[in-house]
Amino acid sequence: MSAAARAPNTDKRARTLVTPEGIVLPIMLASRGSRAGALILDVMIIMFGLLAFYLVLIWIARGLLDGTGLDPAAAPRGAQEFMQILLALIGFFTWYGYFLVQELGPRGATLGKRITGIRVAARGGGRLTPEAVIARNLLRDIEVFYPLIALLVLAVMNDANEDAGPLGWVMTAWFALFLLFPFFNRDALRAGDIIAGTWVVERPRAKLADVLSAQGAAGARGASAITGVRYAFGEAELAVYGEKELQTLERMLRDAQPDALAAVHTAICRKIGWEPGSGDERAFLEAFYAQLRAKLEGDMRFGKRKADKFS
Amino acid sequence: MKTPRISSWFGRGQLAAPPDIASATLRSDRFRLEREGDWRRLETIINRMERGGLRRIADDDLLALPTLYRTAASSLAVARETSLDAATLAYLEALVQRAWFQVYGPRQGFARWLRDFLLGGWSRAVREIWLDICIALFVMVSGTVVGWLLVAQNEEWYYRLVPGGLADDRVPGASREQLLATLGAEENAVGLSSFAAQLFSNNSAVSILAFALGFAFGIPSLMLLVHNTAMLGALLWLFASQGLLVELAAWLSVHGTTELLGILLAGAAGLHIGRAMAFPGTRPVLDAAAEAGRRGAVVMVGVVIMMIVAAFLEAFPRQLVDGAGSRFMIGGAMLVFWLSYFVLYRPRRIAESAG
Repeated sequence: MSAAARAPNTDKRARTLVTPEGIVLPIMLASRGSRAGALILDVMIIMFGLLAFYLVLIWIARGLLDGTGLDPAAAPRGAQEFMQILLALIGFFTWYGYFLVQELGPRGATLGKRITGIRVAARGGGRLTPEAVIARNLLRDIEVFYPLIALLVLAVMNDANEDAGPLGWVMTAWFALFLLFPFFNRDALRAGDIIAGTWVVERPRAKLADVLSAQGAAGARGASAITGVRYAFGEAELAVYGEKELQTLERMLRDAQPDALAAVHTAICRKIGWEPGSGDERAFLEAFYAQLRAKLEGDMRFGKRKADKFS
Repeated sequence: MKTPRISSWFGRGQLAAPPDIASATLRSDRFRLEREGDWRRLETIINRMERGGLRRIADDDLLALPTLYRTAASSLAVARETSLDAATLAYLEALVQRAWFQVYGPRQGFARWLRDFLLGGWSRAVREIWLDICIALFVMVSGTVVGWLLVAQNEEWYYRLVPGGLADDRVPGASREQLLATLGAEENAVGLSSFAAQLFSNNSAVSILAFALGFAFGIPSLMLLVHNTAMLGALLWLFASQGLLVELAAWLSVHGTTELLGILLAGAAGLHIGRAMAFPGTRPVLDAAAEAGRRGAVVMVGVVIMMIVAAFLEAFPRQLVDGAGSRFMIGGAMLVFWLSYFVLYRPRRIAESAG
C-alpha cells in the first residue's frame, strides 16, 4: 500500500531486508550517481592528502640537503633511499588502507560515502565481513584504475608518436565494460560487489517528528484556539478519504506553508460539502486529520483498511 | 495560529520535552509517547557508536543495546499494524535499520581480523582452494616448458617473451661471462632498499591483477600466469645454453620460491572465483561468486605479505649473497617455511562467536 504510494522512480531502488527478528525493513539502494560522486570524492581526498604529505616530506628533505652544503650528491644516500621507500610504501598502504579501515568501521562507509549519505552492506542481510570489504576494494583497481592508467600511458605514447595499435581500443572497451557494469543489473552492482557479496545502500536519516494529534486543534478535541469553534466531522464526511490522503495531509501539516494549507482546506471543504471559510484553516485541518486518523486506525484494528479515496 | 516548531526538528542535542501522554487523543500516539524515551535512548547510543567505536559508550548502554533494539523492532511491527502516522513509521524504520547495522555489523575491526588471519585464517583459506592451486601449478609448469621450447626452436621468441628492461645483457648470444656477471652479488647494499620497494609495488600489482582478472571466468588469470612463466622458461633456456642452469636456479630461488608461490596463490585465487562463476553448482551464481571472492580475498592479503617478503629477499640476500649453495639454502628455507605454514599449521578454529 505505502509502496504503491511512493513515486515510481524511487520504487525501482527499494529493496527489503528481513532481520533475524523477522521484521521486514525497507532499504533503498544507493543511486549510481551518488556512488560515482563518493568515489570521486574519495580519490580526491587520497590524492590531495598524499600530495600534501609528499610536499611536507620534500620540504623536510630539502632541509636535509641544505645541511649537507647544498649539494644533493653529497647528501647521505641512505636518507634519500629511506625517503623513496617511505613514499612507495605510504602510497600503497594509503591507497588500500583508506578504503579498508573506513569501510570496516561502524559506519561502513568511506569519507566520500558518508558525504553522499551511503554505506556498504552485505547483500541479503548478512554480516559485513572483512573478507568482503577486501574483495570489493581489490576489484576496484582493475575496474577503474588499471585501464585509466593504461589509457594515460597510451596517450603519452601517442604524443611521442609511438604506435600503440589496437591496445587503446581494448583498454577503452575494458574501461567501458566495467564502468557500465552497474547499469546492466538490477541492484546496480559493480564487479567488486558481485565478488564480495555486498551492495551499497542509502543511509537512512529520520528525525522523530512531533506528535500531531497532541497539538493544536487535534489535541483540543477539535476546538480551534483562534475562534473557539469545535470542528466535528460525521461518519459520512470522514469516509471520503483513505490512508494515502491522510498521509498527504500529515505531510502538509508538518511542513507546508499557510497558503498551501488554505488550498487544501478549500479542496477538503468542497469534497465533504462544507462551506469553506478563511482564517482558521490550520485548526480545521488539524481537527480533520485527527478525526480521520482516529477513524481509519479504529477500522484498522478490526482489519479494515482503506488505501485511498477510490477504494 | 500554531506554527510548526522548526527548531525542534533541526536542533541538535536539546530535545523538546514530549507532550504528556494524556494529551494525545489517539491511541496510536499514546503508544508512541509511551515508548519514545527508549527509542531516543537507542538513537543516542547508535549515534555515539557510529561516531567513534565502542569505547566511549557506558557499560549500561552497551548492555541495554540489544534490548533496546528489540524494543524498537517490536514497536515497529506493532506500529505498522496500528498506526497511520507516516513520520513515526519512517523514523522507526530508519532507527531499526541503523540499529541493525550496529547490532549485526562487523564485529571485528581491521587489527583484530589481521591477528586471526595470521593465526590460522590464511593457511585455512589456502588449503580450501587446493584444487585451483593444482590447476594453476600445472599451468605455470606448462608455461615454463612452452617458453623453453619456443625459444629453443626459434631465438626470435626470446625478444617477444622477455621485456627489454629486464634483458640488458641477458640476450641470446651473450657470452658465459656476461651472463655470469648478471648473477653476481653487489658490493654493498646502497640503492637496494628502494629497489625492493619498487619490486614490491610491481609484484603486488601483478598478483592483484591475476586475482582480479579471475572475474572473467579465470581465463585471463591463467593467461597472465602463462605469460609470466613463459618468460621464466625463456630465461632458463638462455642460461642453460651456456651451462649456467644451476647458477640461475640458485639466483632465482632466493626470492623466487616466495614470489612464484605468491603468484601461484594469486592466480589460483582468481581461478577459484572464475570456476565458482562458471560452475556454481546448485547455488545461485551470485552467491557462489561472493563466497569464492571472500575466500580469494583472504588468500590475496597473504599474497601481498608474501610479495613484501619476496621483495626484501630479492633486494638484499639475492644481490648480496654469492655462491649457489648459500643461495639455495635461503630459497629452500623459505619454501619449507611457506609449505609448512600452509600445510602443517592447522590451529583449531577460534570459536565462531569471533566471526
